[in-house]
Amino acid sequence: MSLFIDVLSWIFLVAGGFFCLVGAVGMLRMPDFYTRMHASSVIETLGVGFLLAGMAMQAGLTLVTVKLAVIGMLVLFASPTASHALANAALARGVEPILDQGKASSNT
Amino acid sequence: MFAVAAIALLVTLALVLVRSILGPTVFDRTLAANTVGTVAVMLLAVIGFLLGRPEFLDLAIIYGLLNVIGTIAVLKFFRYGDLGDPGNGDTEGKTTEGRT
Repeated sequence: MSLFIDVLSWIFLVAGGFFCLVGAVGMLRMPDFYTRMHASSVIETLGVGFLLAGMAMQAGLTLVTVKLAVIGMLVLFASPTASHALANAALARGVEPILDQGKASSNT
Repeated sequence: MFAVAAIALLVTLALVLVRSILGPTVFDRTLAANTVGTVAVMLLAVIGFLLGRPEFLDLAIIYGLLNVIGTIAVLKFFRYGDLGDPGNGDTEGKTTEGRT
C-alpha cells in the first residue's frame, strides 16, 4: 500500500511539473495578452493542484497536509481574483484582444 | 522524487522570467510577476519536502498572501494612478474612492 501511494505521488508530482512547463511554454509563445493569461491559469490550476496532491500523498495525514491544503485554497481563491483584476485593468486600459478576422492566417 | 518537480519549477520560473522581460505591455509583466509568485510558492513547498524541513510551508503561505496583495496593489496603481491618462487631469489627486 505504501508503494502504491509512493508511485501515485510520483506520478502526480511529474504531472504537476509537466503542466507547469506547458503553461510556461504557453506564456512564452502565445500571441496575445489574454491568451497568455489563459496559459498562466494552466500553471495556477493544474500544476499547483497536481503538485499539492502529490506532496499531500507523500506527507500523509499530518499538519503538513493541512498547511498544503491552506496553500491550495489560497492559490485557488487568490489567483482567479488576480486574473479577474488583471483582465479588467487591461480592458479598461485599452489592450485589444486578437479576434478571429480572416480565419485563414494560422501563423505560429 | 522531489528533485524532478523542483527542476521543472525552476525551468518554468526561467521561462516566465523571459516573458516578464520581453512582455510588450505592463499587464504582461504583471501577469508574469503573478505567475512567478505562484511558482515560487510551489517551489518553496517542494524545497521544504526536498530538504526534509516542513517549515518552508509557512514561508510558502506567507509568500502566497504577499503575492496576491502585490498584484492587486500594482493593478490598482496602474488603473487609478498617474501614468499619463488622457482622461483625468488630476494626476496628484490619488482618488482613493475610485469607483469601478
